[in-house]
Amino acid sequence: MLAMNYRGPFRVRAEQRPMPEILHPEDAIVRVTRTCICGSDLHLYHGMVPDTRVGSTFGHEFIGIIEEVGPLVTNVKVGDQVLVPFNIACGKCNFCKQGLYGNCHESNTMATAVGGIFGYSHTAGGYNGGQAEYVRVPYANVGPTVIPPDMDPDDAVLLTDVVPTGYQAAEMGGIKEGDTVVVFGAGPIGIMAARCAWFFGAARVIIIDHVDYRLEFAKNYAKCEAYNFKSMADPVLFLKKTTDWFGADVCIDCVGCEAEGNALQTFTGKITLMQAGAATALQWAINSVKKGGIVSVVGVYGPPFNYVPIGNVLNKGITLRANQASVKRLLPKLIDHVQSGRLSPKDLITHRVPLEEIADAYNIFSKKLDECIKTVLIPSTKN
Amino acid sequence: MKTNSIDYKSIPGWGIDIDPENEPTYPMKNYTGDDHKRSVYERSEPQPVNIELLKSNERPAFSMVFGESIPPSGLSGMIRRYAFKHSEDRYRHWIPLILADRVNAWEGIVDDLKKGTIPNIFAERGMKSEMKYNAGPFAKKALTTVAVGIALYLLCRKKK
Repeated sequence: MLAMNYRGPFRVRAEQRPMPEILHPEDAIVRVTRTCICGSDLHLYHGMVPDTRVGSTFGHEFIGIIEEVGPLVTNVKVGDQVLVPFNIACGKCNFCKQGLYGNCHESNTMATAVGGIFGYSHTAGGYNGGQAEYVRVPYANVGPTVIPPDMDPDDAVLLTDVVPTGYQAAEMGGIKEGDTVVVFGAGPIGIMAARCAWFFGAARVIIIDHVDYRLEFAKNYAKCEAYNFKSMADPVLFLKKTTDWFGADVCIDCVGCEAEGNALQTFTGKITLMQAGAATALQWAINSVKKGGIVSVVGVYGPPFNYVPIGNVLNKGITLRANQASVKRLLPKLIDHVQSGRLSPKDLITHRVPLEEIADAYNIFSKKLDECIKTVLIPSTKN
Repeated sequence: MKTNSIDYKSIPGWGIDIDPENEPTYPMKNYTGDDHKRSVYERSEPQPVNIELLKSNERPAFSMVFGESIPPSGLSGMIRRYAFKHSEDRYRHWIPLILADRVNAWEGIVDDLKKGTIPNIFAERGMKSEMKYNAGPFAKKALTTVAVGIALYLLCRKKK
């Protein structure tokens, strides 16, 4: 089968690999029909996530058709069209039982700080991902969810990560009616977080980025105010001024470890790797939120540590909330939002690329060429 | 390890202000009250271990399932084995893993050559799209690299 193959920072190719096999009685094999490149895949692609081994296949956003199931799989059957949450979750541990499917205790041998994730380095369990024609899906009674027959596959594939992560970013903000919400990052997750902030009663939603075409898209798609921080001398000061000098009620970091906008953060986080990526967005979020406000973090950072103004978290009485999205918990609600037309995730898709051209797809997404927002890879086995 | 065996519930005032509604992680977490019985749950049967699997030393055993891709090998594998002797709290865990990743990229090139394949690094870096959508800056970067290369070459020759 054809699969993505990571060869080192900024180098990937599509090549033939052995078919995945059932390795556990609760496994399924899924024939992939759509798979996306996620912004967080770029952290792997750029060599910023420790224990990303050469030969790995990335991809944690995918849908497909069940081709084979292990003897203990009862919730899905061969031929079902399923969307597969990016989290690998057993459904039985204390964390899964409380809805923390992103924190499963039985899916990652290599690290305790994160649950298993498809195609996201050995730090997240060493699973091959869905940027391939076929993929092994562990705990198939828990994750894979049958796609409603009337749902567009392009909407379904974005329900595996983008929509739940954006929605949970807003949910964790504890937004109250009338709140001002600031979202840092106008990538797919940030755009979705800004769109979902309205569901919780926000009165004003502001998105901050430095890429004009994405800000323009966000303004139209999420009906929010959009500002380029490169046009400001000081983004924190701008946000203070525009919120009556108090700060936003809720700030959401949808950027993570590859932020731009602060020379010291960039030097220590991206150039010299003296910290786990540049924490500029998180720094701005902490410093832009009101006293007693809430900062919600879904931007991905590496495991060691980051330089953030933790003293301000204490002195301002900020509540910091963060997690990998619990996709399975949110799916029923989000499927309803999509089916009722309140959300149209597929509008984010700007590029559809054959799996064979994955190296170009990564380069386009990484460098934001051709006004790229979201790339879907289509394997030739989709039919 | 010694555990505290006192009857903490006999401490005056114990539990007087418990508020089950004060659960700051809700709705992310649907608190069941079972956090202190967390070791007791029905586990899936373990996936057979047929490969070398590096385990975080912060957990007592392998998880019931795991990824089967790319067991550690070569020099990068030796570095990874060293890293996994240290907890996730230590730089001695993460910095060697980053180093191993860089070594592994070179090992990948050597492996390709051993298999008789010359890796097409130009294609692997997506340069086709670069030339299609970013031709100007790409050409500028290429010319600068060539100019710097020639300058360095001439400088070295002059020194000789």
